[in-house]
Amino acid sequence: MTSEAPFWPTGTVYGTLLNFRDEVAALGAQMTQPPYKAKPQAPVLFVKTANTWSANGVAVPVPSRVPEVEVGATLAMVMGLSPFSESNWPLALVNSAQLATNIVAYYVLMDDFSLPHASYFRPPVKFKCLDGFLGVGAQRVSADHVGDPAKLKLEVRINDELRQTVDFSHMVRSAAQLLADVDEFMTLREGDVLMLGCDCLPGGGRPLARVGDRIDISVPGMPAFGTLSNTLVAEAP
Amino acid sequence: MKHARVAYAGAIHDAIERDGQLLLADGRLVSQDAVVWLPPFKPVQHARTILALGLNYADHAKELEFKAPEEPLVFIKGEAALIGHRAFTRRPAGVTFMHYECELTVVIGKSARRVKRYDAYDFVAGYTVANDYAIRDYLENWYRPNLRVKNRDTCTPIGPWRVDAADIANPQALALQTTVNGKVTQSGNTRDMIFNVPFLIEYFSSFMTLQPGDLILTGTPDGVVDCQPGDVIVTEIEGIGILHNTIR
Repeated sequence: MTSEAPFWPTGTVYGTLLNFRDEVAALGAQMTQPPYKAKPQAPVLFVKTANTWSANGVAVPVPSRVPEVEVGATLAMVMGLSPFSESNWPLALVNSAQLATNIVAYYVLMDDFSLPHASYFRPPVKFKCLDGFLGVGAQRVSADHVGDPAKLKLEVRINDELRQTVDFSHMVRSAAQLLADVDEFMTLREGDVLMLGCDCLPGGGRPLARVGDRIDISVPGMPAFGTLSNTLVAEAP
Repeated sequence: MKHARVAYAGAIHDAIERDGQLLLADGRLVSQDAVVWLPPFKPVQHARTILALGLNYADHAKELEFKAPEEPLVFIKGEAALIGHRAFTRRPAGVTFMHYECELTVVIGKSARRVKRYDAYDFVAGYTVANDYAIRDYLENWYRPNLRVKNRDTCTPIGPWRVDAADIANPQALALQTTVNGKVTQSGNTRDMIFNVPFLIEYFSSFMTLQPGDLILTGTPDGVVDCQPGDVIVTEIEGIGILHNTIR
């Protein structure tokens, strides 16, 4: 696995908000107050544009106006071939009505950096689409090897100190359910990426990091993912 | 010059407009009716960034009961939402309000970072027309407009042409019109944008680097109506193009 070229997205990278139970609990009664007025029904998605992608080990530039950056450790699903491709032939024998349009080929670590923002009412472009604001793990791991990601945990370290453990058994929608609910309204193509979501800390809030900090994300018990490591640096003036 | 990208006789071709026909890059001259029109862009190496504005015309903001925004309201689309001229857009069963949005679309021509508005036009390769359909039944107040409303398969027709920036003297003075089955339902002018093209390029490039081929859909004016299966929606922008779409 380590002999492969580092993973790099070829399609659109989608992120998911509010897919962890603690994130939902932290908002509490706000969810039914203005401006939201109701809990979300469909998955709450956003896009991490290509300018945000930072390879493992690459420094992430932080504008001088920004004191702190939220760390969003997650696993992302990388879509594989369509169910109609030849290599999926045994699956294609299934009644086509039962086929998921999307098939996950790989999982990869990602670090969805954001400027802290309290309101989720408007799309978060100016908070999430800054240059370099998505750490992309170098090592993709096949979906077969991963199995159900609900059994995995991520550890987030800032300057070697353990700051968060993300437990994927705490997801609101399982990976399969998230895919199915996204597939209801849009088709993910081969190479598109869908993040499973970023949990908050117990009680709310997300890990914060500053210029000079190194953020490391790893998966205990599954070393094939390697460690995704990015350091925040001051953006050149 | 007007550029297109079409499927013809079993292959995909870059083409330009020539005397009302299409001149393919291999020299063949073919009728506009003989091709399948694709979004008028060459493929890009990494995911194309497609920025789309909401509430960028004061009258449309009023129509939707919003006060005009103080900074651009922007959302992002995936490239899979795009389809070409004369294609079909699917209306989901059981929805009550699906409407078109005729939008001047900017095609970025070179890498743009921290561009000032007085230099912004240097970074524009050209313009095209987008019809940014919305299905209002699916609106939710989380990262609104949410992707279920705005990022659906087939719901962003775009084209037919990518018109070179040099051919458009003033992109902020173009008449814009939509017809449904031949009846005018929307008319406006790009001069009424709240945030104009140079402002938007300065704004976005202040925090994100735009790359050649990236798109900015600049919003739509007043006059959106429900579209039913079988309706033919024609979105037109003066000097840029006339984009046909049929609802299924």
